[in-house]
Amino acid sequence: MAATETSSSSNPSLFYRLFFDKELRSVTIQVITMALIFAFFFFIVNNAITNLEAIGKGYSFSFLWDASNYDINQTLIEYNSRSPHWRAAVVGLINTLLVAVAGIILSTIVGFLLGVLRLSSNWLINRVVYVYIEYVRNVPVLLHILLVHGIVVNTLPIPKNAMMAFDGTLFLTNRGFYTPKPLFEPAMWAVLIAFVIGVGFTIWFKGYAKKVQDATGKIYPVLWISLGAILLFPIIVFFLAGVPLTLEYPELKGFNFKGGLVLRPEFVALWLALSLYTAAFIAEIVRAGIQAISHGQTEAAFALGIKPSRTMSLVIIPQALRVIIPPLSSQYLNITKNSSLAIAIGYMDIVATIGGISLNQTGREMECMTIVLAIYLAFSLMISAFMNWYNKRMKLVER
Amino acid sequence: MKLFKTLAVSAAVALASTSGAATAGTLQDVQARGELNCVVTTGVAGFAAPDDAGRWAGFDVDFCRATAAAVLGDGNKVKFIPTTGKTRFTVLNSGEGDLLYRNTTITMSRDADLKLTFLGVNYYDGQGFMVPKALGVTSAKELDGASICIQTGTTTELNLADYFRANNMSYEPVAIETNEEGQVNYLAGRCDVYTTDASGLASTRGTFDNPNAHIILPEIISKEPLGPAVRQGDDQWADVTRWVLNVLIAAEEAGLTQGNVAGHAAKAGSNVDINRMVGTEGDFGSMIGLDKQWAVRAISAVGNYGEIFERNIGVNTGLGLARGLNAQWTNGGILYSPPVR
Repeated sequence: MAATETSSSSNPSLFYRLFFDKELRSVTIQVITMALIFAFFFFIVNNAITNLEAIGKGYSFSFLWDASNYDINQTLIEYNSRSPHWRAAVVGLINTLLVAVAGIILSTIVGFLLGVLRLSSNWLINRVVYVYIEYVRNVPVLLHILLVHGIVVNTLPIPKNAMMAFDGTLFLTNRGFYTPKPLFEPAMWAVLIAFVIGVGFTIWFKGYAKKVQDATGKIYPVLWISLGAILLFPIIVFFLAGVPLTLEYPELKGFNFKGGLVLRPEFVALWLALSLYTAAFIAEIVRAGIQAISHGQTEAAFALGIKPSRTMSLVIIPQALRVIIPPLSSQYLNITKNSSLAIAIGYMDIVATIGGISLNQTGREMECMTIVLAIYLAFSLMISAFMNWYNKRMKLVER
Repeated sequence: MKLFKTLAVSAAVALASTSGAATAGTLQDVQARGELNCVVTTGVAGFAAPDDAGRWAGFDVDFCRATAAAVLGDGNKVKFIPTTGKTRFTVLNSGEGDLLYRNTTITMSRDADLKLTFLGVNYYDGQGFMVPKALGVTSAKELDGASICIQTGTTTELNLADYFRANNMSYEPVAIETNEEGQVNYLAGRCDVYTTDASGLASTRGTFDNPNAHIILPEIISKEPLGPAVRQGDDQWADVTRWVLNVLIAAEEAGLTQGNVAGHAAKAGSNVDINRMVGTEGDFGSMIGLDKQWAVRAISAVGNYGEIFERNIGVNTGLGLARGLNAQWTNGGILYSPPVR
């Protein structure tokens, strides 16, 4: 008691100081801000829990093990309407991954091409690409998806009038693009092993070639030798093993083609629309990256007698990548997140399966949305982590 | 350490503020607000859709208006909340809507697990298939291997999966979020078949350029009793809404119409059933917290069940639906309202 009295008498204006003392004030403001944020989230969560309890609805994931009772058209793993909900979620997850990865690859290729063309000294090419980029990136991506899907299903023929190529092995219809399906025989293992050996050899050879170059200045044609090891060697083994492969051809039976591999219009539309949309952004990023490198660098490389192609790959691109990678990462994140628009055209991604049909049939909206949120978050964080690692690798080494 | 202290203090302050939510009965809430929040579809022609003037109209809409008339005295004091198949129950359960009339199938899991209280059936429906006439298909049993467009967010996927499994047939499902995009796919030939409730198929076909080029197959593969629902736990409100629905059906059976209800209400007649409904005998309104004129207001606002049916979805409308199962039990249907007594 005495202690309190002395401390309060020595600081008669503690309350005053909490708000007007420069140091204490900053702490006070932080405490109040944090308290408000906590109170806000506490209110939200508490509200949800109270209301769910009030109507007697718990928060439980046990429904994930019940039969899903619905079918999905594009399944890369075994699935039918007897499978549990969690499996439907995995099917959706794989479909999301598929379109995201395919989209990232295509958008990167198209984006780099467009970015380089955008810098072309040819006036026509330069302007055409400019118009394309400005059109594409200023229209919402959902409209692109609906447009591409509309074009695919409305202009391509129905299965009965399918467009045919290569003597009835490839079919193009508005229900998909059908190709023969390769069925492997046991001897295919030899080819696979040959491929692995080829990759291993390439890795070793690259290191060896670099060592030789460092020591003697001699440059091996690494690209050609690698291609030979990775592609030609397995192909030779493939023929030596007696072509251990049979093809299953698609065939029109009843309403649809049966057999073969199929790329469905929903996938194609989503993939193309997402890729072309994102490519426009990537093109601008690539242009910015290349323009960020001063022309003096090129001139200096030429002055040293380095060939134009090696100037590009050894001087310009490594430096441009430093500028390109961080914004490129966020484009990759965008393409992944935008793939959730799939439901508009009926592509069965994670939002359409567990976040759509499962949600609706079980009525477990909180649980389903938690799963979808967690998956997208994990996804985005993984892409971020990878791109950060790559960025660190590419960073300018300062001495 | 400083950060930790900051966090601890903040958490303590946050815990001090708790949320308390007191709820009066829904009936009192609606009357205090002076407006009924009715959950409907985003647009199914004939059932609930805004008309040319932007005014909501349709079969389900009229039941909402009848409820508003009984509770608030004016069939126009309704705020319509359009929802998708996905959001409808959340909107109702969160308290944003008071009453749901949205082509909703009554099922056990929805009743028990989703914590809804269903009030009865206002339309007996079943899932059907629509195909282009040119396909030459006459029965759903011939659909093995077909591509089928489904409007997702309904019990449709489940029925379809069950039906094809039971008949040992395969199919390719194309699940699409909205009816509009589903139609685009169907008309473009992406799918051979379009499936949803038979009433929905009739509604969709009615909007086509050439409705006669499409047929609805005879097989009805499921029971879809469509009915209104309210949140579980408010029995008084459930009683009010349930008896508005019942009285509209009973009114048709008794011959009470929009035109003659005022006359019957003026003085007691010889028909006891009618007298009880219009409040000239007994006081049934007070049992559900309303006055004697509750049913009179509901019927004069939109008419009896038969009038609502014929005006919105009957044979003389674009949908052209026959009464079928939805005729009164006295006319060969299964519509059978418990008596008001």
